[in-house]
Amino acid sequence: MEERQSPSPCSSRPSSPRTPPCEMFGSVGIEAVLDQLRIKAMKTGFEFNIMVVGQSGLGKSTMVNTLFKSKVWQSSVPNLELPMPQTLELHSVTHVIEEKGLKLKLTVTDTPGFGDQINNDKCWDPILSYINQQYEKYLQEELLITRQRHIPDTRVHCCVYFVPPTGHCLRPLDIEFLRRLCRTVNVVPVIARADSLTIEEREAFRSRIQQNLKTHCIDVYPQKCFDEDINDRLLNSKIREQIPFAVVGADREHLVNGRCVLGRKTKWGIIEVENMAHCEFLLLRDLLIRSHLQDLKDITHNVHYENYRVLRLNESHMLPRGPGWVNLAPASPGQLMSPGPGKVRKRANKDSREDEC
Amino acid sequence: MAAFDEKKEHPRSLTMCGHVGFESLPDQLVDRSIQQGFCFNILCVGETGIGKSTLINTLFNTNFEELESSHFCPCVRLRAQTYELQESNVRLKLTVVNTVGFGDQINKEESYQPIVDYIDDQFEAYLQEELKIKRALFNYHDSRIHVCLYFIAPTGHSLRTLDLLTMKSLDSKVNIIPLIAKADTISKSELQKFKMKLMSELVINGVQIYQFPTDDDTTAKINGAMNGHLPFAVVGSMDEIQVGNKMVKARQYPWGIVQVENENHCDFVKLREMLICTNMEDLREQTHARHYELYRRCKLEEMGFADVGPENKPLSLQETYEAKRHEFYGERQRKEEEMKQMFVQRVKEKEAILKEAERELQAKFEHLKRIHQEERMKLEEKRRMLEEESIAFSKKKATCDLFQSQTFMAAGSSIKKDKDRKKVDGTTVFCDCLSAKERVRLCVSPSRKDLD
Repeated sequence: MEERQSPSPCSSRPSSPRTPPCEMFGSVGIEAVLDQLRIKAMKTGFEFNIMVVGQSGLGKSTMVNTLFKSKVWQSSVPNLELPMPQTLELHSVTHVIEEKGLKLKLTVTDTPGFGDQINNDKCWDPILSYINQQYEKYLQEELLITRQRHIPDTRVHCCVYFVPPTGHCLRPLDIEFLRRLCRTVNVVPVIARADSLTIEEREAFRSRIQQNLKTHCIDVYPQKCFDEDINDRLLNSKIREQIPFAVVGADREHLVNGRCVLGRKTKWGIIEVENMAHCEFLLLRDLLIRSHLQDLKDITHNVHYENYRVLRLNESHMLPRGPGWVNLAPASPGQLMSPGPGKVRKRANKDSREDEC
Repeated sequence: MAAFDEKKEHPRSLTMCGHVGFESLPDQLVDRSIQQGFCFNILCVGETGIGKSTLINTLFNTNFEELESSHFCPCVRLRAQTYELQESNVRLKLTVVNTVGFGDQINKEESYQPIVDYIDDQFEAYLQEELKIKRALFNYHDSRIHVCLYFIAPTGHSLRTLDLLTMKSLDSKVNIIPLIAKADTISKSELQKFKMKLMSELVINGVQIYQFPTDDDTTAKINGAMNGHLPFAVVGSMDEIQVGNKMVKARQYPWGIVQVENENHCDFVKLREMLICTNMEDLREQTHARHYELYRRCKLEEMGFADVGPENKPLSLQETYEAKRHEFYGERQRKEEEMKQMFVQRVKEKEAILKEAERELQAKFEHLKRIHQEERMKLEEKRRMLEEESIAFSKKKATCDLFQSQTFMAAGSSIKKDKDRKKVDGTTVFCDCLSAKERVRLCVSPSRKDLD
């Protein structure tokens, strides 16, 4: 994977008065500003918030552990001892991990109980509510008169959705959820427990899922409308061809050919997590961490958060005015649901696939 | 139906058992910045002819098109020009703002106000953009001033009052780096004394100039050392003179050559190092995080917003904004009503006036008509009288003729008969002489038929 970054949307060239390009006779040292940026970044550190959604037993916690090569969750199987949660709960943990002097503050939000009830209607509401609540927190901080130098960022940058490996196509629950969430947050769908599908079945499943996504106008990350220039488009279309990735998670190491690899040991063989021939875990890791992390954060900040902000600031105008007019109270939980279809659109350069199908 | 439960743990450190690979994060950040390009805005304050444009040219090693300013400007103006520079893969959008006419007026009281206003305007523009509902901050051309290079004239004595006042009014709004301009006119010993005098004056008067940051290990040492060399004594020149076997930028005098990039001759290299190579990013951050936030806070408080309401309950910006909005709408409604009423009233008044005028006109018309009528009647009267008179006259003429002919005939025949007949006939003899009675008598008697 190249190191080329997919930049923030609509930002290619800042709009400014036409300026004449000037020839410099020699080097001045403007390049040094890049090093200054690096030093600053190292000092302030990074933040990344990821949410994993899927039914229980699909290997979400193991996947997170594999991604960050550590025990993110205190126990690797958190809810074996506890009874199955009757309602959907969200659990967040925050860790600081450090690599080569660089600190990353990682927050992982898990959603046990998703899709596990008999009646799963509106099971996405708590999740949407949580995401919007993070936006709300950030907005309130931003609107203060005396604000902090660095507003703590708890907004969800990426939501990884685990699709169970049925081999057929997306289920109604999946479609409903994805439809609602892709408007509010960056969604990366993955095929969980991909070791139960053969390679052919995997490919067929993948293409059916892609078809489903297209039919229902679900725009998953990386979104087509945010591609800036030809490089991004090339890079991202390669990724788009392979979404959803078929992943396997494992946190145990085994000896294979003398090497120690992460994998799942079964009677018929060892599935190596980091082997591209076995599963596409490496693609997911590279997408999330090595190449598109900054882009995920940019899109969350520049698009999803701005959309939320516009909606929120406009909402107050819809309150009835008159003798009984009252001060706007902080938004009640009921208002934090995702807007109905067609209300708020992504800010995109091209008006592609605007309205709900 | 569903409740979510956040277990917020104090972030604990996690050890990793392998290589995850996020050390490329700064590279991702840098790549994005390269894509967006950088923006840097410099404000040069100093009197005309002190060498501001030359220094900027020398700093960026380019010949920006700058015309010489005249000394006769009536007031201080600011002129901003934007240039695009590119060095390897870094694009820099440089804006240089020059003060034209600073220190040239006889009365310098208003000299620094335009500068303060300009800086505030840039902050205001950014604030407006930030407060919009649909905003495009990542696309916004940032025009806030990141650094102010203040050129002090090389008198060798002390700060001038104008300089002190200007710096005092600018220090809370922008990062100030004071420079001693045309440093080749001061000798080394004088320079040292001058620098110390200047710094002590600045400290005594509480002027906050920009301090190079010393909190980061990599740059702490060099920044700390540079802090001691402020204000930098600079010389600017784009001319190349041969020194030894190299061509260097220098100024040539009969008594020697002042090399711009020679650290023994002047502090130009230090300035370039500090301004561009080491602290450009920090200058931008200070502008945004300190000066802009201060401006924003003051402006919003001025507009009546506060973070804490009357009972110490946190007040959201939104609530205040809504309250103000409501107030504003109410006000506007009231004004509209007022204007409507005023309009209606004016219309009524005008109508009344017009009606009055109409009535007057009508009265006049009637009056004239009446007069006309009267005149006409009078004339009619006169005509009738005239007609009567003419009829009467013609009658009299007829009788007169008749009488004459009769008297002619009576003279030939019996006079008596004629007399009687005359008496009986009642012909008029002389109309005018006869009295009314006689006239009546004459007229009564039948007139003779068949006169001649």
